[in-house]
Amino acid sequence: MEQQKNNTIADKIWDFLSSVKLAIVIFALISLTSIIGTILEQKGDPERNLEILTRLFGKFLAPTLFTVSEKLGFMDMYHSWWFTGLLVLFSVNLVICSLDRLPRIWKLVHEPIGPLPEENLRKFVISREITIKGKPDTVKDTVASALRKARFHAGEVQEEKDWMFYAQRGKYSRLGVFITHFSILIILIGAMIGIRFGFKGYLNLPEGDVSNVALSGTDREVPFGFEIRCDNFNVDFYGRSDMPKEYRSWLTVIKNGREILRKSIAVNDPLTYEGITFYQSSYGIVPGSLGQGIFVFNTISRDGKSTTVNPRLGESFQVSGTALTAKIIDFSPALRIDEHGHAATYANQMSNPAVFIEFSEGGKNPFSGWILKRHPETWQLPDGSRVEFIDYWGVEFTGLQVRKDPGVWVVYFGCISMSLGLFIAFFMSHRRLWIKVVEEKNTSRVIIGATANKNRAAFERKIDKILSILGKQQEGGK
Amino acid sequence: MDSSLFFGLSTMAYISAMMVYFTYVAFKKSQIGVIATGITIIGFISQTFAIIMRWKEFADLSGMGFLRSAPLTNLYESMVFFVWCLILGYLIIEFKFKNRSFGAFITPIAGLALAFIDLTGVSKEIQPLVPALKSNWLLAHVTMSFIAYAAFSMSFSTGLMYLITTTEKRSESAYIFWTITLGLFAVLLVSMGIDFFTFKVKVRPEIFIHSYLFRTSFLHSSSVINIISYVLAIAALVLVWRYGYILRTVITKFNVTPDMLDEITYRSIAVGFPIFTLGGLIFGAIWADQAWGVYWSWDPKETWSLITWFIYAFYLHSRMIRGWKGKKVAIVAVMGFMAVIFTYLGVNLLLSGLHAYGSR
Ligand code: HEM
Repeated sequence: MEQQKNNTIADKIWDFLSSVKLAIVIFALISLTSIIGTILEQKGDPERNLEILTRLFGKFLAPTLFTVSEKLGFMDMYHSWWFTGLLVLFSVNLVICSLDRLPRIWKLVHEPIGPLPEENLRKFVISREITIKGKPDTVKDTVASALRKARFHAGEVQEEKDWMFYAQRGKYSRLGVFITHFSILIILIGAMIGIRFGFKGYLNLPEGDVSNVALSGTDREVPFGFEIRCDNFNVDFYGRSDMPKEYRSWLTVIKNGREILRKSIAVNDPLTYEGITFYQSSYGIVPGSLGQGIFVFNTISRDGKSTTVNPRLGESFQVSGTALTAKIIDFSPALRIDEHGHAATYANQMSNPAVFIEFSEGGKNPFSGWILKRHPETWQLPDGSRVEFIDYWGVEFTGLQVRKDPGVWVVYFGCISMSLGLFIAFFMSHRRLWIKVVEEKNTSRVIIGATANKNRAAFERKIDKILSILGKQQEGGK
Repeated sequence: MDSSLFFGLSTMAYISAMMVYFTYVAFKKSQIGVIATGITIIGFISQTFAIIMRWKEFADLSGMGFLRSAPLTNLYESMVFFVWCLILGYLIIEFKFKNRSFGAFITPIAGLALAFIDLTGVSKEIQPLVPALKSNWLLAHVTMSFIAYAAFSMSFSTGLMYLITTTEKRSESAYIFWTITLGLFAVLLVSMGIDFFTFKVKVRPEIFIHSYLFRTSFLHSSSVINIISYVLAIAALVLVWRYGYILRTVITKFNVTPDMLDEITYRSIAVGFPIFTLGGLIFGAIWADQAWGVYWSWDPKETWSLITWFIYAFYLHSRMIRGWKGKKVAIVAVMGFMAVIFTYLGVNLLLSGLHAYGSR
């Protein structure tokens, strides 16, 4: 390409688009602009970005910089026209550069290698000579077996009394770079498929509720084609702390009125149905529902009889096997007893659900108190029976991230082939070697010339090993 | 017996190895070199031991099974693992290139990093994992990222040494680049040190890192002190620039040729790049996909990993352009590692701080 004159404009454009120089300019541009994108908050509150700019550049410059960066789309730069343009230019560069080089590489891969004149062997970067006892006809077999041991399938020709061996390994490793480059394109294509044919949304689904749509972007409803129901939601904590250990939602997929699938999902363990995936992402209390839920208590009498009851706030229930009536007076999603002994709610999540129950027996009021879901020791009643607080159902919603991305497998395929390509490009090499066995008086002279396109030192060590095998076998075979 | 005993032992071993390596470089006695290597290996073995013990402690405590309990969940643990990879990489290079002089460069990084995390009291407690972190992809992601970081830090040292040994004139841009880089590192370390000794007693380490960094110097409430700090920092940079050439005479003692430095820089990046691509970017994306349903969301950490990746791609390709061999590509290698540091520390410490203040 560089030898020939490039006259036409088309040639010039082709050269420009296929050059590595353009590639490194693009690398630099993408890196530099991305830095700005990490400093300014993307799709963030404009006020905050103004504040950030003020912190960095002072009150004078900030408003101007703000206006400029807003005009240029830096507040949502990864979706701006010019960033997309950079990515497109990058892909074009990649494609054209690869196409430009492919014929030459293809030739290198497919060109069979053949014998070379003796003096050429001495010109290689890796070049060795030793003298071995014996005629070429016998030395030749030693050489051939040493090459086989080194897993080179060598071609051999006789040149009068001399012998010539030539072999190569790993010629396909030259394609590693191409695999790498094309897999970048595959990943970009996969990402585009996702953007074009998929969606990202969220769904806040209260316990017991059913939905067949998710919200995407600013309140666009995306239908699933089936229904999803949240049967239950629960948070597990580490010991007594408020540090969450696991969020879990029990979901049911319903299609045409039939329950198709049940699965409990947790962070890192989503549910997929018909290409739509539901991820556990957040949770909370449905506004205004705090008094509406249904309690789940297990009451156990002293002699072990147990029943499950489902009262609501303000209702009463019977503790099994006793004459005790329990009335639910109050509920707190996150109860804390402060230093004065007053009960207070400290969070608007179900961090520490607690219920205040008044027990009565024949009009008398023997005891009352808080029963806490996360503290089983509060379940024990003074008379020896127990009221186990299992759940307060129907007030929490599970926050689900909903996604459909038909391109994700394309992206993953691209990732796999990129890893493969990089591995080939960096850890394998195209090694070629020529060995000439020349007759001398009573000995043979062995001349080796070799090249490797990568990691030459390792190849050199390998050649030295072949040489040492030659030397040894010759001694042993005497 | 617990892991901290062995961590302490390895810190001490690396620091003493550093001094022995210095002596070795100064006197060139091969026995001294063997001792230095021996001490490094002792440090490495005891650190390996310590990591395994901590792993077991965590597994016992969390009851999550061995694989999920890899000690790679916080800044402290990841830094320890980074040092471990670095020393392993160094030992391999020492063995392969039969040259001990790099030890004088690597063991200080290892010893200082361990001592630094000890001093700053970066939280060493074994903490339970939040749900999003419970993923085998995360383990693979973090492990491989740090192996790559260790390889990159190797290329950083050799790239910097290359620049130091090959630049002569103070007006040369490569000279200016490396002196400023080194000067900036020194200035940042010193100012963080001052912050640390001023505030450490009062606040917990996480809070210190998030809200008190540079509050004694560049971000002090008094503008007089601000200006003085900037003036001092610039003076320090000028000083390093003025007398930087002295380092060249030191490094020439290491008996390493520029070609060898260039070769090691390339080889480290050639090892680090695929590992970083697979472990850092791809496994990270798979993990995010599993946890949140987005494999790429352009958040600052992801974006900085991508920037790092692009800089190393820049390095690999710029070697192919005629006239770029040598100093120019060495500069790119050095910049690559600065991006690594920023990805690892800067995003958490500086960017999140920047964004957090905004919300107040
Ligand atoms: C981030 C994207 C890219 C990655 C990860 C990448 C990766 C690689 C790798 C790993 C190599 C082998 C380097 C070595 O052996 O030292 C390589 C070589 C090369 N790349 Fe890229 N590359 C990228 C983008 C590009 C682009 C946009 C171009 C367009 C000009 C390009 C052109 C080349 C060329 C010409 C070679 C040399 C191939 C050969 O040895 O014959 N690369 N690339």
